[in-house]
Amino acid sequence: MAADIAKAGTLLFFAVVLQLSIMAQVTILGGHPNLLLVTLVCVALLRGAVFGAVAGFSAGLLADTGVFGTLGFTALLLTLAGYWIGRYGETTGRDRAHAPLLSVAVVTLLYQVAALVLRYMLGQNAPGGAVFEGLAPTMLLNLILTFPVYALGRRLLRPREWAPREVRLLG
Amino acid sequence: MAGLVVLALILITISFREPTSGPLHGVQSAGATVLRPFEVAAERVARPFRDVYGYFAGLVHVKQENEKLKAQVNELRQKALLGESARAQNEEFRKQLKFVDSPLFPSDYNAVNTRIIGWRNEFDERVVIAAGRNAGIHQETPVVTNDGLVGSVTQVSPSAALVTLLTDESSAVQARDQDTGAFGVVRHGEGTGSLIVDRVTKDKLVKEGDVIVTAGTRSKQYPSLFPGNIPIGYVISVGQSDTAPFKQIQIQPFVDFSSLDAVTALITKKKNPQAP
Repeated sequence: MAADIAKAGTLLFFAVVLQLSIMAQVTILGGHPNLLLVTLVCVALLRGAVFGAVAGFSAGLLADTGVFGTLGFTALLLTLAGYWIGRYGETTGRDRAHAPLLSVAVVTLLYQVAALVLRYMLGQNAPGGAVFEGLAPTMLLNLILTFPVYALGRRLLRPREWAPREVRLLG
Repeated sequence: MAGLVVLALILITISFREPTSGPLHGVQSAGATVLRPFEVAAERVARPFRDVYGYFAGLVHVKQENEKLKAQVNELRQKALLGESARAQNEEFRKQLKFVDSPLFPSDYNAVNTRIIGWRNEFDERVVIAAGRNAGIHQETPVVTNDGLVGSVTQVSPSAALVTLLTDESSAVQARDQDTGAFGVVRHGEGTGSLIVDRVTKDKLVKEGDVIVTAGTRSKQYPSLFPGNIPIGYVISVGQSDTAPFKQIQIQPFVDFSSLDAVTALITKKKNPQAP
């Protein structure tokens, strides 16, 4: 467990650094790749809901700190994303090959919308038109990132062997 | 999970309501200081790749741009000759009048040249620079490039600072038309990254192609004191309607905000004048 925390912590730390210093200024066809979100989704899928939520909170807090953002903003969104994807990984998404791609696609959409709503509620700049225009390219870029990031995540955090549950039929 | 969500909401509330000198922002500054070397390293590794991309992207419009720039050089050469003699004359008159002035750009400012190490996100027009309080930067320090005004510092830690770009919704700077002297306020326009000059009354003359520079004044509403005569952009369209009290002026900024990599923070050598 301690080794998992160290590996996931290192992976997410570098994802935060790369996201803030490089990825945040990359614009391709109006889309902005989110390496941090993709990395978190992969970690949560491989290690479950609680691990995903804690990882999301920590990485989000670090991201908010690095760019003088509203502290807690990214942490809140990534906590929810990490927990939800972790649950999916533990249940229906288990052992499914398309789970990482499906998770990244859905979370990208929800993350963008949730960030927009939260920013609007905080009275900050929330350009809905620009966000929705860039949604499809952002999703595509995130899906492209998923392949190498998930491969790296699997190498570092080997998928858990889910023990088959005993089921007792009643009646 | 619920605990983390509540904690995040508490942090958002405190961070949002607390002044920038508060304890939570102090912790944030310390965190930014720890992250800074990693961000600088990542930026240095990525730079060659970005430069190669930028080189090929720039080739697309190079011929057309070359012709436009040649015409501009000829025009500016003539203006520079006239401007140089006017400048010398102006200096002489100031000496004779013993004119008391606010800090002048660029002679009364020390330049802190620094690199951009972080970008907030696609919603925000803010960047993090690799120099902070230790380099003499403080809140409201103006930030420029060779091309013109970039924005001002809105948050600062010992080794990094947050610069709010001129194109951000919260930015505004008092400006004037260099050719006609019409005063107004430059702020963000309708589209992302666009700028307009607001509050120019209809009796003032502003034409397409006029250069807009900082006015070097401040008001209660826009307290940041930018030095005067920093280029901001040139006018690309001027309009007015019967009902609106002000002209609708759109400008093209000289600074390319989408490809900023290094900027200069201006630290005044003189004390900024304080209003009584």
